[in-house]
Amino acid sequence: MNELEDIEIQLLLEGVARFYGYDFRNYALASLKRRIANVLRAEGVKTVSALQERVLHDAACLERFLLAMTVNVTAMFRDPHFYLTFMTKVVPLLRTYPFIRIWHAGCSSGEEVYSMAILLHEAGLYDRCRIYATDMNAAVLAQAKAGIFALNKMQEYTNNYLKAGGSQSFSQYYTAAYERAIFRPWLKEHITFSQHNLATDGSFNEFNVILCRNVMIYFNKDLQARVHHLLYESLSLFGVLGVGQAESLKFTPHEHQYAEIVSGERLYRRIS
Amino acid sequence: MTFELVVIGASLGGLHAVATLLGGLPGNFGLPVAIVQHRHRESEGALATVLQRASKLPVCDVEDKQAIRSGIVCLAPADYHLLVERDVFALSTEAPVLYSRPSINVLFESAADAYGPQVIGIILTGASADGADGLAAIKAAGGLAVVQDPATAECRVMPEAALESVVADHVLPVPAIATLLTQLGAGELKVAP
Ligand SMILES: C[S@@+](CC[C@H](N)C(=O)[O-])C[C@H]1O[C@@H](n2cnc3c(N)ncnc32)[C@H](O)[C@@H]1O
Repeated sequence: MNELEDIEIQLLLEGVARFYGYDFRNYALASLKRRIANVLRAEGVKTVSALQERVLHDAACLERFLLAMTVNVTAMFRDPHFYLTFMTKVVPLLRTYPFIRIWHAGCSSGEEVYSMAILLHEAGLYDRCRIYATDMNAAVLAQAKAGIFALNKMQEYTNNYLKAGGSQSFSQYYTAAYERAIFRPWLKEHITFSQHNLATDGSFNEFNVILCRNVMIYFNKDLQARVHHLLYESLSLFGVLGVGQAESLKFTPHEHQYAEIVSGERLYRRIS
Repeated sequence: MTFELVVIGASLGGLHAVATLLGGLPGNFGLPVAIVQHRHRESEGALATVLQRASKLPVCDVEDKQAIRSGIVCLAPADYHLLVERDVFALSTEAPVLYSRPSINVLFESAADAYGPQVIGIILTGASADGADGLAAIKAAGGLAVVQDPATAECRVMPEAALESVVADHVLPVPAIATLLTQLGAGELKVAP
């Protein structure tokens, strides 16, 4: 409980929000503090005030700061049973639509998006889909667009894919080159990558499916409420919302306008 | 000093130790309990089920921003770090710390930061150095540091690492830790309105 540092953090976030428009003021504090401590070490500065001076006056430092403020850890078919449930319970609903719009909010470097594209391809639905993959972070979006991931992850991802009910050979979806797995370009034919900030930007379309997983855990309850409102507004009636394994809609502003599709699987359907 | 939160870290051999500890707490135990037990990343739910059998208190995997409540035993969910804010739990998927996610250090350091001297930190059996820095942070913030007596631990590496990094207030076998907690928790009950 370092009172001075808490004040310095508030001032830093205030400065960054007002000058650059990146608003971290309503992020969950405990993990944010850890990340700020990491930045202090990486930048070799002793106080948050010294970091503030640098972030506000040095654009290159801002870029590093932004990347360090968000947690971008992700994986293909993370929580395989989520995808399995999606395949068995949500895909049949989607089959009834002529055209399907999907939003991955907070897609990070894109592993989740390519997983979904593969799933939809195997369900025979991909050609009817348009996927919008957004993140506030330009650097991770560039990686997502490239669709190139570390080759040494492929064993883990193959296991996840199989547990998620994947029915083909996972290796057909990428070519290996040096240490990298380059995913097939046709997988991103129906994906649009763009920058969108859940803390400050508004709704930009209406979707049949929205996935926002492991993003809101970094927000405090006020910002979570804002985002839930935004997602609700952006979801069509009977559209499907998926959140992370340890998140739920309990105590969120629109919880009563959703019905859980399968208990415990973090997939909800908008019912009003 | 009145305490407001108990945090427990356990690794190899922890299942038995944590079950014994929880089994020794009364059904009206008056403090919130948060636990990081190192676990496989796909072990969802199973740990809570096993520990619930031993515990008179309700045991659950934490959901993001769940309120911190007395008498409830909260587990770090598989593959997430568990952190403490004032009054709520928070989760993170940050990279593993000392090869662990959940990490004991992450829980303990956030507890020390949010609750200062009102935290009781407990390190149990394990084959890792995780928890040593976290327990030191709790102690530095004025909280109480408790370590399982290494001689009684299924794996003594983790308690020994903790004892190297901090002068513990109590070094005890697990059943005695339960008794200590019960007494400290009861003190808390007396001052409650
Ligand atoms: C842990 S990743 C989650 C990735 C993926 N959805 C998953 O579950 O594996 C969190 C992502 O949220 C993004 N993020 C954080 N704050 C955001 C905001 N205000 N608006 C949009 N994206 C944000 C981060 O840049 C990061 O890429």
